[in-house]
Amino acid sequence: MKTSLGPIQYCWSKETVSQFYQQVAESNIPVVYLGETVCSRRRQVKFSDYLALAHMLRDSGKEVILSTLALLEAPSEYTELKKQVNNGEFIIEANDIGAVQAAKEIGLPFVCGPTINNYNLATLNKLHQWGMQRFVMPIELSKTWLSNVIAAEVAANGATLPYEIEVFAHGYLPLAHSARCFTAKQQGLPKDNCQTVCLSHSKGLLAQTQDQQPLLRVNGIQTQSASQIDLSADIAQMQQMGVSYFRVSPSSLKSIEVAENILTKPQLPEPLSCNGYWHQTSGLAQVN
Amino acid sequence: MELLCPAGNLASLKIALNAGADAVYLGLKDDTNARSFAGLNFTPKKLQQAVEYTKKCGKKVFLTINTFPKPGEETRWYQAIDLAAATGVDALIMADISLLDYAHSRYPHLPLHLSVQASATNLGALTLYKEAFNIERAVLPRVLSMKQVRDLSKVTPVDLEVFAFGSLCIMAEGRCHLSSYVTGQSPNTGGSCSPAKHVRWQEDGSNRLTWLNDVLIDKSGIDEQMGYPVVCKGRYTTDENSTASHILEAPTSLNTLSLLPELAKANVVSLKIEGRQRSPAYVEQVTRVWRAAIDSYQSAPEKYQTQQEWNAALNKVSEGQTTTLGAYERTWQ
Repeated sequence: MKTSLGPIQYCWSKETVSQFYQQVAESNIPVVYLGETVCSRRRQVKFSDYLALAHMLRDSGKEVILSTLALLEAPSEYTELKKQVNNGEFIIEANDIGAVQAAKEIGLPFVCGPTINNYNLATLNKLHQWGMQRFVMPIELSKTWLSNVIAAEVAANGATLPYEIEVFAHGYLPLAHSARCFTAKQQGLPKDNCQTVCLSHSKGLLAQTQDQQPLLRVNGIQTQSASQIDLSADIAQMQQMGVSYFRVSPSSLKSIEVAENILTKPQLPEPLSCNGYWHQTSGLAQVN
Repeated sequence: MELLCPAGNLASLKIALNAGADAVYLGLKDDTNARSFAGLNFTPKKLQQAVEYTKKCGKKVFLTINTFPKPGEETRWYQAIDLAAATGVDALIMADISLLDYAHSRYPHLPLHLSVQASATNLGALTLYKEAFNIERAVLPRVLSMKQVRDLSKVTPVDLEVFAFGSLCIMAEGRCHLSSYVTGQSPNTGGSCSPAKHVRWQEDGSNRLTWLNDVLIDKSGIDEQMGYPVVCKGRYTTDENSTASHILEAPTSLNTLSLLPELAKANVVSLKIEGRQRSPAYVEQVTRVWRAAIDSYQSAPEKYQTQQEWNAALNKVSEGQTTTLGAYERTWQ
């Protein structure tokens, strides 16, 4: 099993993003996903900038995959997506079925990201026919689900899945996407004049229940978990099951260090962590 | 323009059809649909009765099979599709790729509507489902502005259906994990958002506490109007605001009566009323108003005006007794 570094889900300045990927280039992380997945209004880092970073990372020996938007609304966003898919060099992480279509049309292999609904073997196999070579397990599914899918394929074809498995295993979970920008709403701004206020929340804005339980993290149009998923205790089990990639979803420069070491050295537990989905219960639960 | 109304049971179905629905949609009494609540939905025998009654009225009935089977569970969903085909429903409303594939390959003449749970918002997504499974229609998620609906309608390879009225889901449907994050069950996996068994209310002095699987999602006054408790409509504090507020959305319903002319001009083929979980009285009230509005528009499109009494009647049955245009209106976003 290898570590993969997921795309940055937050709005960071171009300088911070460049610094982040310079450090990634110098790390031992073998697989890097990058690109804007949340909001097309974030224009700090343009696609051409991401492409330049992708070249730099590939030249440092990384496997590079370009991640695409999870929610496409305007025709211009689909046009931009097709441009990204047609980059001519890198495969993409499809985070919306529209990206699957765009990749399928030009015969480009793709990774299905965590926001593509893959709930059963027949769906996975259909996506594989269309070019899927790897899938990130949808976040709300469990180890039981994964072992059942693998077992179903073995029962049907006598071999394991003909595509790679990746698990979103560390970081804040993307729980939902909306037309509404909740960060702008917090500041009393409409989305069309958002002033990119999400720049001021490098890990999103923490929301708590009225009895002070951290619950959500507002990140523009995306709602995340307040707790970080941390499946480092399950690494051996994942390896045994045939998981190929352990995804670390970055939230700061520190995430690079986490990703570098997580498969080999025991990590200090995060103050707010969860692993419920993996154990087939509520996502926010911490099962020990 | 079709008026498509919800039927949680046979009584609602008859009321909807008698009040002017052109078509009704319903689900089976199990977790093959995303409104799997106790006391709702149709057994195979009731489904047969529903189909017979609807056909006698000269109207249409669609069966919703819009959850996602997990490995080993598929048979229940395949049987639901087989039953639908045998019963003669007019279309299936589905989201899962494997189910669309199953239905398309076995029953190529049975029309398929892409459920909102498939979360298809763009030309690429619609093209894929059209090319792969020959879907006839797609239900658009409640994330597009009116302009975006209009833009999509100019290029779409399939008919478009939109939500016209009812509880407002503010997230891209079919890809929202807020319910499962708190309860372990989502519409996709368990057939409902905020399953009732996890909801608990507690009176605390002059406050009512709303718990979802022991997470406090709201604290309200005893007399305050409340909607069904869901995570996205709870009140929370943030690092920047210690006063609890509806940081995502307040309890409110979608009401697009004022957009009817624009939806018609965008060639939207069907207006969907949300609420299979609501009472027959709700279904009757909402159906009557929308029938009157559509008839009024169609008899004299240029003179159409939303009547005050229509909005008043709809407000009475709306969540929080308030309504919004939701994402159709840019300022809401």
